[in-house]
Amino acid sequence: MIVSRRTKEKLIIAALVALTGAAVVPLFWIIGSIVWNGISVMSLEFLTSLPAPFGSSGGGIGNAILGTLIINLFASGLGIPLGILTGIYLAEYAHDSRMGSAVRTIVESLSGVPSLVIGLFAFTLIVLSFRHYTGVAATLALGIMMIPLVAKATEESMRVVSDDLREAGMALGIPKYNITTRIVLSMAKGGVISGSLLAFARISGETAPLLFTALFSFYWPTGIDQPMATLQVLIYNYAISGFADWVAKAWGASLLLVLLVITINVAVRYLGRKKYGGA
Amino acid sequence: MNKKSIFFKDSAFKYLVGGSSLIVVAFFVMIFVMLAVRSYPSMANDPLMIFGSTWDVNSGLYGGIPAILGTLASSAIAVALAVPISLGMSVFFTEYAPRRVRAALSIVIDMLATIPSVIFGIWGLWIVAPLVKTYVQDPIVGSIGFIPLFSGPAYGLSLFLASLVLTFMIVPIISSLTISLLSTTPVELREAMISLGATRWEVVRHVALPFSKLGIFASIILALGRALGETMAVTMVIGNSFIWPFSSISLFSPASTITSKIASELYEAVDVLHVSSLVELGLILLVITLLVNSSARLVITRISRRNASG
Repeated sequence: MIVSRRTKEKLIIAALVALTGAAVVPLFWIIGSIVWNGISVMSLEFLTSLPAPFGSSGGGIGNAILGTLIINLFASGLGIPLGILTGIYLAEYAHDSRMGSAVRTIVESLSGVPSLVIGLFAFTLIVLSFRHYTGVAATLALGIMMIPLVAKATEESMRVVSDDLREAGMALGIPKYNITTRIVLSMAKGGVISGSLLAFARISGETAPLLFTALFSFYWPTGIDQPMATLQVLIYNYAISGFADWVAKAWGASLLLVLLVITINVAVRYLGRKKYGGA
Repeated sequence: MNKKSIFFKDSAFKYLVGGSSLIVVAFFVMIFVMLAVRSYPSMANDPLMIFGSTWDVNSGLYGGIPAILGTLASSAIAVALAVPISLGMSVFFTEYAPRRVRAALSIVIDMLATIPSVIFGIWGLWIVAPLVKTYVQDPIVGSIGFIPLFSGPAYGLSLFLASLVLTFMIVPIISSLTISLLSTTPVELREAMISLGATRWEVVRHVALPFSKLGIFASIILALGRALGETMAVTMVIGNSFIWPFSSISLFSPASTITSKIASELYEAVDVLHVSSLVELGLILLVITLLVNSSARLVITRISRRNASG
């Protein structure tokens, strides 16, 4: 009897290790294949030049890199301030009011809306209205996606600030907006910054909302109101094209995108932790 | 600074943060409004057409049922595959893994959650698809292909492959929540079991898992919500065909989902009816995912209330 229970335990450990492996192996497999296939196309020309005319070799993805950065910056300009202000409202002003809990529910629901649907919203609002594909629509979609992430990080890191500090501020007669911005927000700064960086990393990989908003372009971006190339859409277009040269470039772009996203995440999660304590 | 200006600044700040929150609420409401407005041409033309079984752009037929079923089927299969993997990993993590392995595993889970969908797509399309065709689909079609669910021909790109890729994308969602739930099992219960001579597995089986049952269920529902809305990876590996499920029910046949339909057709759609049908599919997806996500949140709220009172 005892032997059979011990054997059972061993079998179960083997099964658990196998199941864990089923999740670990794909990760290394993905990263391995991206590095393996992507590193061979890396060059200065690849990173800085325009795509070569169709059929000729060479050329690069410079316009797509620039496009992703531009759209991300504008999206951050929309999403981060709105996210922080909403987070402040939820942490300091909403309390348990009815409007507070409504806002909280909606912010949470917004984070569960598929990115494709948010892109569809930008498409219906901007692209269909102006009959023109534009980076503005992409910026709106990605900006909206950032809001719940930044708001949640802001709210959570402001909530852990001890009430003693707020009360000390009140006892000194400091007005509430000053307590909120100078004391609570400055204590919560680390969490707000890491939340914003993670949101930036998150939208850097989002592709679905860009497909029918920023579309794609083979030229340098000329304005945010024009169609623009992005790394994400380039990976998709080139990967499904089937042309060997384009597929190789898609791998290169994937390597770059993964490096960007993982670098930000590692920096925030593992380096930031010491400095800001728990944020 | 006089009192009036302090009062003014104080209330201005209050309106600033309150107003920003209202803008966010307005965005959320506008998503529904705009999708409804833009799908009106399709609803006005024939309110039931979206529930038809044929999608044929050339003949102006926009029946969304194959895509809707594809979305539900691929997500359900992915969840079914992801649950054992995630639970196995979570139990291994919390009960058996030494500290260093735990640290490594938590990095693995973080990274899996971080990798963009389009990267899963390119990997699935160029690396996994050929292998799945040769080593999984061909042998199965060759041996039990007479069962409609496993019939050929094997294309590689298929409902099965989409579900498989989705699986790895939702594993981190279930695992990270389950790990945090399992590690909150009360130590007294755990020690009581061990003092009775229970093995670690028996502790997990009879104490830890039942204790976190509800939360694990919620995490699975959340993962389902994520899988339903997943776009790029699915679009790249599912084959985007309307063969499934009415011409061939096989798991190995190319299929389509709501998301793959929108992602692959919207940017080249010109016909008003075509565009509005795609938007209407998006509206259906939005409603489904919100229902799924809010039911998960309902469960989570109940748990945190139980924990707060207990």
